[in-house]
Amino acid sequence: MLTWLGYFERFGKNFLRGAGVTLELTAVGLAIGFVLGLMLALARSYGPKWLQRAAAAYIAVFRGTPLLVQLFIIYYGLPELGIAFSQNVAAYLALGLNSAAYQAEYLRGSINAIGAAQMEAGRSIGLSKWQAIGYVILPQALRLALPSWSNEPISLLKTTAIVFLIAVQDLMAEGKRAATTTFDFVGIYLAVAVVYLVMVFALDALLKFLERKTKIPGMDIETRR
Amino acid sequence: MPKPILTIKNLTKTYGQNVIFQNLDLTVNEGDTIVIIGPSGTGKSTLLRCVNLLTRPNEGQIWLDDLEITAKGTDEDQVRQHIGMVFQNFLLFNHLTALGNVKLGLTRVKHLSDEEATEKALHELSRVGLADRADHYPGQLSGGQQQRVGIARALAMDPRVMLFDEPTSALDPELIGEVLEVMRKLALDGMTMLVVTHEMGFAREVADRIVFMEKGYIVEEGSPDEMFNHPKFDRTREFLWKITELYGKKEKEAE
Repeated sequence: MLTWLGYFERFGKNFLRGAGVTLELTAVGLAIGFVLGLMLALARSYGPKWLQRAAAAYIAVFRGTPLLVQLFIIYYGLPELGIAFSQNVAAYLALGLNSAAYQAEYLRGSINAIGAAQMEAGRSIGLSKWQAIGYVILPQALRLALPSWSNEPISLLKTTAIVFLIAVQDLMAEGKRAATTTFDFVGIYLAVAVVYLVMVFALDALLKFLERKTKIPGMDIETRR
Repeated sequence: MPKPILTIKNLTKTYGQNVIFQNLDLTVNEGDTIVIIGPSGTGKSTLLRCVNLLTRPNEGQIWLDDLEITAKGTDEDQVRQHIGMVFQNFLLFNHLTALGNVKLGLTRVKHLSDEEATEKALHELSRVGLADRADHYPGQLSGGQQQRVGIARALAMDPRVMLFDEPTSALDPELIGEVLEVMRKLALDGMTMLVVTHEMGFAREVADRIVFMEKGYIVEEGSPDEMFNHPKFDRTREFLWKITELYGKKEKEAE
């Protein structure tokens, strides 16, 4: 047990550096995924027919294929077409493009739940379609989506571990290096798991805080039906 | 000479083979309260939705003052600013307070400053007796209060005409009275109103004209006295008798 705790002292700096990269990957992937996911969700709900189909196709492809395959296509495949990215940028892109497909589905569900009636209420006072989306639909849809959407940051944080396969120096890569130094695979990866767990707990607390912060009195009653 | 605010000519709405109404004519003069009654599925709500351009009619024209709003290329958003709509299910913006609901159109459509919008919104809320509920969210208000906020939200845009689509049908009986009271006051203040309702007490007391619609046609229209006491058609008498029996009592109990 003492030797195991000693790993945190011995590799603490490396783990922290790796954890920082992991958090960065999560944040950037989540941000790209959110912006693109929101556009996809809006395209599917309010876009012209061709755009709805295009968005649906995007979501089907990115949810239907392994993230690792997407990552390898971006990092190893695209350079053959003359589009080369650094490891980190390739990782950001793969995580973001993939997460967008999932986030789009969370958001689309709640946009549909807020419904056409709220849109009409907005239009009835003279708001344009996009004003109604911005001032009426989204503020409600985003709140409604928050509890289920909260799965995505947590899931994404853990998913980032695969990027060590293209040699991004994240927590997993640091763990692997420590493991090959000590040959204590069980002990090191347990230590790494603990660091992931701590980050997930912290992220979860942050999301719960966000949920409380954005709560509208009485709105959960309205939407629980 | 009464000035028409809303002129509906030859209006037809169909969904596929299903004819909702056909060749409908209706004129609403300035300051008039017109109450449309009739069995459900008669096209009353669809008519209101056509007037507000939430639904496009298949044929016919609608004029708001001198502007043909059904003409191609009409700026719908511009038109809707001038037509207030009150919905059966209130449809307040659930993420905004009562004040926020009334202010949204003022700041985003009329581009008033925040200060001006707040002042105007509070004025409209006090018109419906809810100034003290300004910072309550819809979820914290009773149905009757929500509907009054809905009325204030529409009023805030200073509409030429107010459309009411069964404004009390989703309310518990004890809450109907407060909404009808606000509508009564509006009518007295000279607001032009087109009201779809089953509240016969309101129709009898407030309406300048009652329009009886059935199966997509206007069967008969006239003053409350003509409609209640000397209807031309048996069908009108029959319907009014039945609906008064059903709903008239409810309102009396509520008051």
